[in-house]
Amino acid sequence: MDIPDGTKMTGAQALIKALEKERVEVIFGLPGGCILPAYDPLLESSIRHVLVRHEQGAGHMAEGYAHVTGRPGVAMVTSGPAATNLVTPLMDAYMDSIPMVGITGQVGTTAIGTDAFQECDTVGITRSVTKHNELVMAGDDLPLAIRQAFHIASTGRPGPTLVDIPKDVLQNEMTWHWPSDDELIDSLPGYRPIGKGHPRMIKEAAKLILESERPIIYAGGGILKARAADALRELAEMTDIRVVTTLMARGAFPDDHPLCLGMPGMHGNATAVTSMQKSDLLIALGARFDDRITGKVSAFAPEAKVIHVDIDPAEQGKVRRPDVPIVGDCRLVIEEIIIAIRDLLASGVVQADSSEWKSRISGWQEQFPFAYDAAEPGDALKPQYCLEKLRDAAPEGTIVSSGVGQHQMWASQFWNFTEPYTWVNSGGLGTMGFSIPAAIGAKIGRPDRTVWAVDGDGCFQMTAQELVTATTERIPIKVALLNNSYLGMVRQWQEMFYEERYSEVYLSTEVPDYVKWAESMGCVAIRVESPEEVEPAIEKANSINDRSVVVEFRVDAREKVFPMVPAGQSNDDVLLHPSQDSCRWALS
Amino acid sequence: MSVGAVMTAITPTTEVHHHILSVLVQNRPGVLARVAGLFARRGYNIFSLAVAPAEEEGMSRITIAVDVESTPLEQIVKQLFKLIEVIKISELDPRRSVERELLLATVRIAADERSQVLELVNIFEGKILAVGSDALTVSLEGHPDKLNDFEALLGGYGIVEMQRTGRVALPKLDQQSRLRTMVTPGSSPAEKGKVS
Ligand SMILES: Cc1ncc(C[n+]2csc(CCOP(=O)(O)OP(=O)(O)O)c2C)c(N)n1
Repeated sequence: MDIPDGTKMTGAQALIKALEKERVEVIFGLPGGCILPAYDPLLESSIRHVLVRHEQGAGHMAEGYAHVTGRPGVAMVTSGPAATNLVTPLMDAYMDSIPMVGITGQVGTTAIGTDAFQECDTVGITRSVTKHNELVMAGDDLPLAIRQAFHIASTGRPGPTLVDIPKDVLQNEMTWHWPSDDELIDSLPGYRPIGKGHPRMIKEAAKLILESERPIIYAGGGILKARAADALRELAEMTDIRVVTTLMARGAFPDDHPLCLGMPGMHGNATAVTSMQKSDLLIALGARFDDRITGKVSAFAPEAKVIHVDIDPAEQGKVRRPDVPIVGDCRLVIEEIIIAIRDLLASGVVQADSSEWKSRISGWQEQFPFAYDAAEPGDALKPQYCLEKLRDAAPEGTIVSSGVGQHQMWASQFWNFTEPYTWVNSGGLGTMGFSIPAAIGAKIGRPDRTVWAVDGDGCFQMTAQELVTATTERIPIKVALLNNSYLGMVRQWQEMFYEERYSEVYLSTEVPDYVKWAESMGCVAIRVESPEEVEPAIEKANSINDRSVVVEFRVDAREKVFPMVPAGQSNDDVLLHPSQDSCRWALS
Repeated sequence: MSVGAVMTAITPTTEVHHHILSVLVQNRPGVLARVAGLFARRGYNIFSLAVAPAEEEGMSRITIAVDVESTPLEQIVKQLFKLIEVIKISELDPRRSVERELLLATVRIAADERSQVLELVNIFEGKILAVGSDALTVSLEGHPDKLNDFEALLGGYGIVEMQRTGRVALPKLDQQSRLRTMVTPGSSPAEKGKVS
């Protein structure tokens, strides 16, 4: 199967060979003029191609695939408008450090710069939304460019890369040469991701951890990227330290573990938010002190020292200056910290007593579970109730993908994540329309799993057409559409911060007819309007595995996501569900 | 032109506020756009920029003078360092570095002022590159502060066109001139690692 060096072939053949060499199993894409030559050798390739209905869908599918497999997802599209359609997913992947490789066609080399038909400065446009990008001007350079793109996307802090290939480079003959590891490394003298942490810093971290009376492990998405969930668990269990998992780290530490405090941040639970706030040591592992976690930075965890482990040196001190910065791969660093702690314990150092801290935390947990008002007879369905039922009926190992808005926060709050790589969502960019295409990508990556997309009606209308892709490509996913007829999250802000002055947030209760729409796309569709219908509908959806299913839950538009730390405010001022407000003194 | 004006012009501007970054990059298409883009995105003005091939084949050195506080600069330096083509960044202490720049100017002058300008060029140790009936083209190489002074004085005669190259800088031989340096580990051939 190996092609001898010096073999002549077209650039297009070389591109597809190179993707095969990178062990790509699926490409999400849509052809057009400039990328056309690449689609011909694809007919003979072992690589599966999934024909999308919009290039944004291809990008999110590639992301969903990468989320659940850890391997770079590939999206291939043509030049101009197709390339610009890919910009949102690239940015999304960049924000959430998702390995992804975009391949775009470009006008012929002699036409570049002439405003030719469907020409656009793709590398220029995507420069600030990719970890790296490259315009390949000669066929002989293609294999190396592809190797570099995969290497850069998947090592260090992962991220999206893009290779832009002019049509004539694809059409013309080139001479095949697959670069060796050494050649690859030599070709990127400025790129050397750091693996192991600094030994002195590791020791320092171990010492602080044992000294702390109020420690909290602040686990971020980096845990998942570094495949460090086991290491994290070992560290938490050996030190008996409570763990919060950010929106990007849901599943990195099991929600049903006694040490798990769940999600912190703007819509985190009161215990997770407050325990970070009152802690004397934050052990940040692959987390980036996002503003949705910290709230007002100057008021964030004022008494805490910070150990910050991140593979990206630029994250150290970007938001909060760490006391112990450790640049390195989360898994390797955590393993080293564990050894350093063992050494200290063996040498007679005794871990500080944190029993008072632990009982404070359990007190909060008891007092402040997620709360919502149960529906009164005649009320519309509560979205939280639907999610609870969905969670309870979900087959073992179900993967949940989510859109952006209230439903996303409820999904993260109410789901019970017990396994890494079962939560796929758009955290950093907050891209509406993410869930359906991402769910399709996830299902391709893990065909053995049930994949539920939790979506809002606003989000659904942005990318629902990919359900056609799911049908034609036989990729059965399930969609739980929480239809509140509003851009719910924006409505919530207008209700709370703009005196209920609702401006441009009402969608419609009449159109579209989601059942008809879903059916027209080849899905089974179920509308659910009352509590008794919830469980049977979910049961039916779970039993259908040969087609995609859309369950439309008609839910109460008045529901708000609680708790909430209003943007820019201190985490101390977290707004609780009204039923808990009378107990808020317990948080101080 | 009064003597007072001359004296003001010669007073050094508060130069030590700027930071000089000396950035060694792989010389590849788009690298300058990437570097400039990072500054633009954070709204920092590049005060001067000079790019040319460096001593090593395939590498260029970009010298950037920028007027920012040190904290945001640290973030920019780290972000710059993430660019795949960036091999090494040194932040140079202006007080402990040699800085040079080149200025070319064409000055329109009446015949009776010609000797004054010639004298000025002479004092600054500049060069006359071209002489016309009512104009001179002059050049001056030196520390950017010196060029500022020269420019201010020439301004009294009417500069028709002027071009400065932007400063280039190297650390003085004592190593303390590098305030901080980031080098890609293993970028020298000896330390090269394998792909995982
Ligand atoms: C592409 C995009 N446009 C706008 C927004 C701003 N935004 C955030 S949440 C939201 C409302 C989402 O509405 P819906 O999908 O119905 O979900 P809900 O909040 O009602 O659960 C909007 C408009 C966004 N995040 N992404």
